[in-house]
Amino acid sequence: MENAEQKMAEIQAQLDSLRAGQPENKLAMVVFSGDLDRALASLIIATGAVAMGMEAVLFFTFWGTPILRDKNKSVSGKDTMGKMFGAMLPKGADALKLSKMNMGGMGTMMMKNLMKQKNVASLQDMLALAEELEVRIIICEMSMDLMGFKREEMIQYKHLEYGGVAKFIAEAGTSKIQLFI
Amino acid sequence: MSEDFTVSKVLDLKGLACPMPVVKMSKGIKDVAVGEVVEAITTDPGSLADFPAWAKTSGNEIVKTDQGGDTIKFYVKRKV
Repeated sequence: MENAEQKMAEIQAQLDSLRAGQPENKLAMVVFSGDLDRALASLIIATGAVAMGMEAVLFFTFWGTPILRDKNKSVSGKDTMGKMFGAMLPKGADALKLSKMNMGGMGTMMMKNLMKQKNVASLQDMLALAEELEVRIIICEMSMDLMGFKREEMIQYKHLEYGGVAKFIAEAGTSKIQLFI
Repeated sequence: MSEDFTVSKVLDLKGLACPMPVVKMSKGIKDVAVGEVVEAITTDPGSLADFPAWAKTSGNEIVKTDQGGDTIKFYVKRKV
């Protein structure tokens, strides 16, 4: 009978370890793109996930990093490359363009007007909603460094952190849904 | 599916587009007690698929759906 008890203990231990390894009810997404349409999709998915009872974490990296610049903030002390990136890259959510059919800016403007007509939330509205719903944002340190961005020029967002790939993988590893846009 | 229930709260989601209907629904359901029913009125065609999916995942129950004209009315009972 000792054998049976031992077996039970083993099975219990395995069960406990399996339970511990279960992913959390969480969605983790990399926002690599800097396009308006892609950024919108990422926020609709993130807020939708929270509406469905999940936690959502977004990792903004590379072309996604400029999305979080605050158009009303400026910082000094950048080197030439930093200044160049600062000028060439969009300054915040309002400055993004469609990934297709931008047509020199006309397509983006038409899309924004259409969205307003149909009462579809703008990117700024979506960011505000995301903050309200406690969507977490992690900004890639390396992208900040490469593009010469400083923390002081990024938007105020209540659930904002900075991190690298390991931080994202740690989040993604315990999430049920992992996405890349 | 019983037809007798009383609506404790009406959620007017007319004119809202994705993802707002489910986002507001998930907030609105918290304003009633467990067992009570919320009437959600939406004009968003995507809601027809979204609301059942939301209900299933959030553990709540759609006790009645009313499709008429350009509005869809969901009667959602809070179960959790």
